[in-house]
Order: sequence, then structure tokens, then C-alpha cells
Amino acid sequence: MGKKVLVLAEVRDGELRNVSYEAIRAAKEIASDGEIVAAIVGAGVQSLAEPLIHYGADRVLVAEDEKLKNYTSDGYFQALLQIVDAEKPEGIVFGHTALGKDLSPRLAARLQAGLVSDITSLEKVGENVVFTRPIYSGKAFEKKTITDGIVFVTVRPNNIQPLEKDENRSGEVTPFSVEIKDLRTIVKEVVRKASTGVDLSEAKIIVSGGRGVKSAEGFKPLQELADVLSAAVGASRGACDANYCDYSLQIGQTGKVVTPDLYIACGISGAIQHLAGMSNSKVIVAINKDPEASIFQVADYGIVGDLFEVVPLLTEEFKKVLVKS
Amino acid sequence: MNIFVILKRTFDTEEKISINNGKISEDSAEFIINPYDEYAVEEAIVLRDQHGGEVTVVTVGSEEAEKELRTALAMGADKAVLISNEDLDSQDQFTTSSILATYFKEQEFDLILGGNVAIDNGTGQVGPRLAELLNIPYVTTITSIKIDGSTVSIDRDVEGDVEKIETSLPLLVTAQQGLNEPRYPSLPGIMKAKKKPLETLELDDLDIDEDDVEAKTKTVEVFLPPKKDAGKILSGEIASQVKELVSLLRTEAKVI
Repeated sequence: MGKKVLVLAEVRDGELRNVSYEAIRAAKEIASDGEIVAAIVGAGVQSLAEPLIHYGADRVLVAEDEKLKNYTSDGYFQALLQIVDAEKPEGIVFGHTALGKDLSPRLAARLQAGLVSDITSLEKVGENVVFTRPIYSGKAFEKKTITDGIVFVTVRPNNIQPLEKDENRSGEVTPFSVEIKDLRTIVKEVVRKASTGVDLSEAKIIVSGGRGVKSAEGFKPLQELADVLSAAVGASRGACDANYCDYSLQIGQTGKVVTPDLYIACGISGAIQHLAGMSNSKVIVAINKDPEASIFQVADYGIVGDLFEVVPLLTEEFKKVLVKS
Repeated sequence: MNIFVILKRTFDTEEKISINNGKISEDSAEFIINPYDEYAVEEAIVLRDQHGGEVTVVTVGSEEAEKELRTALAMGADKAVLISNEDLDSQDQFTTSSILATYFKEQEFDLILGGNVAIDNGTGQVGPRLAELLNIPYVTTITSIKIDGSTVSIDRDVEGDVEKIETSLPLLVTAQQGLNEPRYPSLPGIMKAKKKPLETLELDDLDIDEDDVEAKTKTVEVFLPPKKDAGKILSGEIASQVKELVSLLRTEAKVI
């Protein structure tokens, strides 16, 4: 029996986030042959709906209200609850993003539902869907099932392959009228600090610096390399504790857990707490002066050398080959 | 002000993980206050010192968690409550938040703080779930909090950007790194902590029926990630190593 599954599509800076398509893919597995209903919430987001159909949604509901312009738990919660009440889905999928992490537990609590957060894969086993998720920041994994009620999961960005885009797919896009009452939390202002605009959790390539970077200034060559590769810049706890960079860049068991296609670790020794945050990256490059540094044990490729010599050369070399291709 | 901190005992971040009989082995592991909860404890103490009142730290866990509660008391918290979950066969975030909600419904509270995520299970669910069950607003991943009367101004980290938020008490917040620098317990603090009240509650004391808090999810398997083969350490002149690396990333690893 197919299940009806609701997917919350997420908009950032006027664009759909990739994780929305990944969530649709996960929803497909949960739904079997059931219907995938995507919901898009915000203000002025109607025009973004179509690609959700191309990536596998059967219908899209667009819930718009001026009060939903900025994300707030109260505003989005009311919108989602009204959608859930109307659609009565048997499954719900969110992205495991700042928004998804904030909102999903609240909705699960109201629905008295179990919630499996931060899944990296899923598989059908008989009638059940089994979800795999990292624990101890990726030092181990667990497989989980939901034993009772709605199947509610959040998917970690970058791990589940979206379906092929099919521009011939068609489906209804309908406004969903919501009534948003008082918001108990108000967003006064959003201060942009994320330097490159490439979010760490969704970045395909990350250039990361540790204590070996030596100063805030020392991050410059890393940023230049990142710019050439359209990569995000990250850091180890050592670099953050030494005030070389903002804590929002920290990767590790405290900090962000990332799984990019390529992780370039510069001047990072490889403490266990850092490895937990990045060792599941697909390809790891380590650049470190110390040949004994433990980062080399998880690296696919290593260069033993001074990052201030290696990184600028790397930037130049990438510039050359990327221009050619 | 009545300030509460919900905290969890977790593995130390430097611990390696091994599996024994299908479970994460706890043998000889070092335990700590979940680092994000430690920020919450610190912030609670600072806020109490500014505004007066009392800090109560609460955990749902085994009796071993008394050690972490004592640490929080040594940092400066006033009281601790350990809600024992040892009788439960199955538990998940639904369970923990339901137990905490039952406890908090009998308390007078202005502010509840917690970590934004625990470094073991890493779901970040309990805080927002609890706020919903108590019908109070919440703000997650905060890096600053200022209280003026019943108005609360908060900086919230959102994937590197900062949201400036205004809200009011009663409130639940979860701590992000950067909120503060947790203090180490002082020796006098440790001595005092031994005499501070630590209450242990059984589920019966809270009139909780096990069936009502039974987990909604089940762990069917725990496993370690596959061991990685040793990588390739390049050699030769740095300039030629760099060329080789770029070529390997393009042709062998195919990530560029």
C-alpha cells in the first residue's frame, strides 16, 4: 500500500535548496506508490514551485503570508500544522537544515510522532523503511525504524541522490490558504555573516584550516583556493579556539558535521573530535608539515609540506586547469 | 528568576567508539556534560548572577549521571534533579521530552536552557519538543541572550548568519557554540557542590506510566563506518606534488 508523504521544500535567498529534491527522493521511497505532496512556505514563493514537480512531487501546495517571509518556528509551525490537518499525510520529510532541525521536533511533538533526524540513507525492508543515520557525529551509524504513527524523518543534505529532473512531468500547483496568528518570536533583522554564500553543510567542496593557519590573516590563501573551487571555508576547533575564525566555521563533533565530495584539510592535525565531523567526506586531501599528523590516516591524498607554500600553488594550478576545461 | 537547564551525560569528544554485542561499548569510556549543555549551564549561572533567582539542572538518565549533575553544581548551579530512566525498556526523544514535560508542568519556570544538540545521538529534538509540550516559545542555536524585564533579545546562529530575535518569558532556548566560555569548577565550588540538593525521581514519583512514554522509534542496528584504506602520500618537489594532486583529483577521484 502506497503512503501519502508530505515534503517541506525549503527556500533560501529566493531559490529552492537542493535538499528539497533530496527530500522528495527520500519521500518516494517511503511512499512506495503513494502520492508525494510538496509544500512551499513563505512570501512570494509561488514561482518556485514548478521544479518540485520536475524532481518527483505529484502536487505542490504554496502557503503564502507576509508573516511567513522570515522563518519563525511559530509561523511555519502554524502553516505546516494546517497543511498536515488538511492532507493527513502518513509520512513527512524535511531537510536536516537549520530550519528543519528547528521545526521538525516541534511538529513531531504536536503529532505525537517519532522522528528520525539526519538520515543519510534509507531502504525498504519488507513493509518497513529502515533509516540510516550517523551517531557520535559519524564515529558510528545506527539503523532505525519508526514503530508507531507517522513516518517522520529529516534528511542530511548532500547524501541522497535526487531523482533525474524530468521537465515533462506535470502536476498541480495550488495555493494553500493559511491563517497565521500572533508570532511569539520576532526576527528583527538577519545579519549576513556567512562569507562565501556557500553553506558548509551543503558545500560540495570544503577548504578547511587548523592551528597551522596561525592567524586570521592565514585563512586568506584558503579563501582564495575556496573561491577558485566555489568551495566553502571551514575550520578545526583549534583554529576557532585561537580566534583565527568564527565558531560558525567549526567542523567536528562540536561544530558542523560535513560530508562534501572533497575536503581539503590545511594545517589540521586531525584530533578525533575533528575527524568525527569530516571523515565521511568522499575524498579527503591533507596538507600538513607534520608527516605523523593523524589527519593523514583518513586522507586519500596527502602532501607533507607547509600549507603557505602548498595552498597558493594549488590555487594557481586549479586556476590553470579549470580555465582550460 | 527560576532558571532550569536540561542536560545530558555523554561520551567525551575524544573517545573512540567501539561496538560490543550490537551496542556502543561504554567500557572505560570517559563521560562529560554534553558540551552544548555545558554552554547552557554557564549561561544560566551568568543570568542568575545578573537577575537573581535560582538555577536547577535536570537530567533524565541513569544514576551515573549524578557525576555530571555534581559538576554543574560545582560550576555554580543551585539544585539538581535526576529523573531515573533505568526502568524503561525503550526510549527515544519522544520518551525523554514527555518525561521532562511531566516534570516541568509541576514547576514554576521562567527560562529553560539546553544544548542545541547532544554529541552522541545528535538529534537536537528534545528542546523544541519540550517547548511545544509546555506551550512556550523557543529559540534554538543561540549565541547571545539578553533579558530586560520580560523582553528577551537573542542572537541566533543560522548556518553562519545571525538572526536578531525578540521574544518574551517564559522561554526555552538551546545553546550554540560561541554563546560563552564555560568556567571550570573551582575547588571551593566542588566542595560546596557536595552539599547542594540533588533529588532523584523515579517515573512513579511523576505518575508516569511507562506505556505512555514508550519510544516511537527503534534502533535495529549499530555499526561502525568502513575503515578507510591508507591514502597516498605524494612525494617529490612540492610544485610537482601539487600538479600530481590536481591531476589525481580530476582523473582518479573525479571530484573536480
